Amino acid sequence: MATDAERVRAQETAAPIDLWTRLKYDRNWLGLWFMLPAAAFLLLFLTYPLGLGIWLSVTDTRIGRDGVFIGLENFEWLNQDPVFWLSVFNTFLYTIVASILKFALGLYLAVLLNNHMPWKAIIRAIVLLPFIVPTVLSAIAFWWIYDTQFSIISWTLTELGLISENINFLGEPNNARASVIAANIWRGIPFVAITLLAGLQTIPQSLYEAATIDGASRWQMFRHVTYPMLTPIIAVVMTFSVLFTFTDFQLIYAMTRGGPANATHLMATLSYQRAIMGGNLGEGAAISTAMIPFLLAAILFSWFGLQRRKWQQGESDD
Amino acid sequence: MAEVRIRDVRKSFGHVEVIHGVSVDIADGEFVVLVGPSGCGKSTLLRMIAGLERISDGQILIGDRVVNQVPPKERDVAMVFQNYALYPHMKVYDNMAFSLKLRGADVGDLDARVRRAADILGLTALLDRFPRQLSGGQRQRVAMGRAIVRDPQVFLFDEPLSNLDAKLRVQMRTEIKELHQRLTTTSVYVTHDQIEAMTMADRIVVMHDGIVEQIGEPLELYDNPRNTFVAGFIGSPAMNFVRGTVRANGGPGRLEAGEGVSFPLGDGWSAHDGRPVVYGIRPEHLVMAEPGQPAVDGEIAVVEPTGAETLLVSRIAGAEFQAVFRERHAFRPGERVALAPLLDKVHLFDAETGQHL
Repeated sequence: MATDAERVRAQETAAPIDLWTRLKYDRNWLGLWFMLPAAAFLLLFLTYPLGLGIWLSVTDTRIGRDGVFIGLENFEWLNQDPVFWLSVFNTFLYTIVASILKFALGLYLAVLLNNHMPWKAIIRAIVLLPFIVPTVLSAIAFWWIYDTQFSIISWTLTELGLISENINFLGEPNNARASVIAANIWRGIPFVAITLLAGLQTIPQSLYEAATIDGASRWQMFRHVTYPMLTPIIAVVMTFSVLFTFTDFQLIYAMTRGGPANATHLMATLSYQRAIMGGNLGEGAAISTAMIPFLLAAILFSWFGLQRRKWQQGESDD
Repeated sequence: MAEVRIRDVRKSFGHVEVIHGVSVDIADGEFVVLVGPSGCGKSTLLRMIAGLERISDGQILIGDRVVNQVPPKERDVAMVFQNYALYPHMKVYDNMAFSLKLRGADVGDLDARVRRAADILGLTALLDRFPRQLSGGQRQRVAMGRAIVRDPQVFLFDEPLSNLDAKLRVQMRTEIKELHQRLTTTSVYVTHDQIEAMTMADRIVVMHDGIVEQIGEPLELYDNPRNTFVAGFIGSPAMNFVRGTVRANGGPGRLEAGEGVSFPLGDGWSAHDGRPVVYGIRPEHLVMAEPGQPAVDGEIAVVEPTGAETLLVSRIAGAEFQAVFRERHAFRPGERVALAPLLDKVHLFDAETGQHL
């Protein structure tokens, strides 16, 4: 064993390492180098716009004129604004109804697609179609489907003798809400279905065989095997689904621009209208900033939903 | 408990027939092992008994009932899977209780049965754990517990020990055998491991390419294999085979194996003079030749001592021959060795059909 004196001598005789060599070869510094591009990317494209948005929301900036700090005045103003509160209501209605239906239908479709069937690969590809089509394009298609005069739905129902005059899909507030929700569901199902399908395929076949021999019916297998095994994936999918739906803009803007009478204005579309079309960047930014608490709540919900279940943890002996 | 009768059962996947008419009668309380190399159809046959695969043709009876059209849950069978197939999100207790819960069993009865099974398998302390928190052997025991709880007519085991390490496999083998002796439930056990088959079975069914090669008690298969496949499959290390022609030339015959090498034969083979055959001798039936004893001369290639015995690999007539010795010899690779087959343990098989002569 080396004495203290020997150790001190060893340190003195070791060649001094200059700073540049350390920066090049030290593990910790190396880690920093590797992290830098990603960090710069995040700062530039995520943190900066978010910070700027929040800053704008506490100023009275307009397009073409720098604003000054006005504190929470924008938010006080919005609090008095019935249109803003209508958009909050719309956003919640849109998100809750669409997410629940997307989940239910997506799960149903995933379970269906998980069965053996002919042309499985092709059917799965077809299911993905709504997700592949550009949003604006599908919005235009829906716009046409919902057209007051030429709607194919109205036409079919008329031909079948079920209605006598065309349905005013996008002209009447509640009809318009239902219509845009339906379009969103159509567009969102593939994401839910395909992701849940991927989750379903990770469930070992032998569990179903064991359940079959244990005497489980198809519903009991779903209830006691499929669903509990799928919960971690469901948490991820539904978090993303809720975030996408809550912040949806394209579909609404292309179909209704928030009309009729602001009945389909979501917070995102209202923010765009006030900030870009109306020029009130500060006020628009304030609407966007007001979305942050809700989105944070959704993320926190998923954070706890994503916590590994007790049964997924365990000893590391396998 | 019940007997299981398999009558000319066939199985096709699409146009490909993988089981070509298999018939096996399994007596009440018997422990039957289906053994064979992978792809021989043993697991498929087991899954047909369980009801997880449709029976393409033929009949399977459990008790007196033809079960071809009976759904798995009404067949009253329990199955232990190779990967255990425990429900990962349920604790041990719930895994074992699941089938009873589905049947709406009385809570008190259910609890008593789970605890009794846990007691039999030494799982009582683990009832509150999740499968992830168990070792391989413990999971295997839970899988068996799940089967025991139901008190079924037939236990089906699908390679249950394949995922365990060698030591644990030997231990669990004994446990399963003890369990069967205690419960005496009719059991069908699938494995590719002939040692497992030999040690556990009341009777072994040797399968190969979708047909039954031979059915019999372990030692019967070992002593009287019906053909070269069974002879080569049962026994470890495997039987040595050499092709050649029988020469009777008056007294005790011999086998001409080419390259001027001949193997001694006992009496009674003269009827097969001139016949091309496969000569089979087990490694444990080769001994060091005494002077004057009929023997074959080989060159030692590899010596593998295991302590209890020594495996000797030698080259004779271009082929490798294995011999096992319990006594210790000073073998060295490259040396010559004279090996004498025990003449009454020699097997001759027809060179074309592989059938035992």
